[in-house]
Amino acid sequence: MVTVTMLCVATRKGAWLVRSDTKRKVWTVEGPHFLGHIIHHMVLDPRDQQTILATAKTGHLGPTLFRSTDFGKHWQEATQPPAFFKAAEGEIGRTVDHSFWLTPGHASEPGVWYVGTSPHGLFRSEDGGLTWAPVNGLNDDPQYRLWMGGPQDGTPDGPKLHSVIVDPRDPAHLYVGMSSGGIHESHDRGVNWSSLIDGIEVMDGLDASHAEFHDPHCVRQCPGNPDRLYLQSHFGIYRLDRPKNSWTRVGKNMPTDVGDIGFPMVVHPHNPDIAWVFPMDGTNVWPRTSPGGKPAVYITKDGGGNWQRQDRGLPAEQAWWTVMRQAMTVDSHDTAGLYFGTTSGQLWASPDEGNSWHTIAEHMPQIYAVEASVLA
Amino acid sequence: MKMLLPSALISYTGCSEIEVRGDTLADVFSLLDQRFSGLRFRVIDEQNQFRCHIRCFVNAQQTVDLTHKLKQEDEILLMQALSGG
Repeated sequence: MVTVTMLCVATRKGAWLVRSDTKRKVWTVEGPHFLGHIIHHMVLDPRDQQTILATAKTGHLGPTLFRSTDFGKHWQEATQPPAFFKAAEGEIGRTVDHSFWLTPGHASEPGVWYVGTSPHGLFRSEDGGLTWAPVNGLNDDPQYRLWMGGPQDGTPDGPKLHSVIVDPRDPAHLYVGMSSGGIHESHDRGVNWSSLIDGIEVMDGLDASHAEFHDPHCVRQCPGNPDRLYLQSHFGIYRLDRPKNSWTRVGKNMPTDVGDIGFPMVVHPHNPDIAWVFPMDGTNVWPRTSPGGKPAVYITKDGGGNWQRQDRGLPAEQAWWTVMRQAMTVDSHDTAGLYFGTTSGQLWASPDEGNSWHTIAEHMPQIYAVEASVLA
Repeated sequence: MKMLLPSALISYTGCSEIEVRGDTLADVFSLLDQRFSGLRFRVIDEQNQFRCHIRCFVNAQQTVDLTHKLKQEDEILLMQALSGG
């Protein structure tokens, strides 16, 4: 079958669609869309392979979402973007600052989407992204409100609800991550939730049984085995094999001079033993740059038992960019293509599962997210 | 009444000066949203507050009160803060 690969690239100043030829050698950059808007995420719906949703805000205007059903030729704004309920008189209400993480719903539920927001909130659309309703079981649970904390408990860009995962075997089974606030799952479409933080380390001196002390950066479920999850946390790389509820820190097997701190987590589209991370410097004041200014991807081929450096084609020194949690992804080809966008606006690709790297776009704004789709 | 809008909203209205009506600011923004779907939420949040980088003036006097009563001869100026990067 002849296929092309398309990347949805979301940046701090707009969004781009980047398409390959059939061999993933020649890439065409199309855009910008929403120039000047902050686009945290843009995702092509895998169920129809033509609908694209993009989150958007500007430095001054409030958050919204846009939808295209013709590969970005035309965009329609959500008529009811994600928003918390109006607070009762005298109470302090929450406001969505930005929508952060888009996830298409289950294959059996066309039109259903989820979005995680900053501050922490989970919202659901049943009409392809035009109207959104709060998932109250999470947003308004008193215990979760406590764990979600306030603005000071989140990332420098605000608390983020991310890694919204819909189990491909069960549309009612959801996972989410909260930075900060831990990892949680629901078996009833978000009505009830339970924490999934056992085995994950937290800062010395804090009680790891408290979800509010946990800062998962990115959680991924393996398409090749949905019972396997990988986690890149503020405190290491972990693996979880369900039905177990306790994570194992597989990042201890990373080289000690690199460590196992980072933001993205990428899993192979077919082989659950293969995963990639992009380590960053998490020492001292947390520079959040490539360790030593020498960027590299690390791959495991045995579920985290061993890790190998993949840096062929990447700068050998004096490269101080890094990769944000949504800005590294993989396509679904048999020999998977790997992609990441940097904080300095370079878009990198590897057609051979990370063995070699080259840029396919440069001089873009700071890249927030990259998503890959294979189009028939 | 006349309403002046910041450039960031021209993608909704097509121009920076429009005629609006309403007995209060809340009425004005509600009717504006009917004409230009989505505009209101870009400048007023779900708690009915002007967003932090948006300022509203009626006859050159700043107000944050959406119940502010209006007269036909009033002029509304909506601004975005001079900030960003």
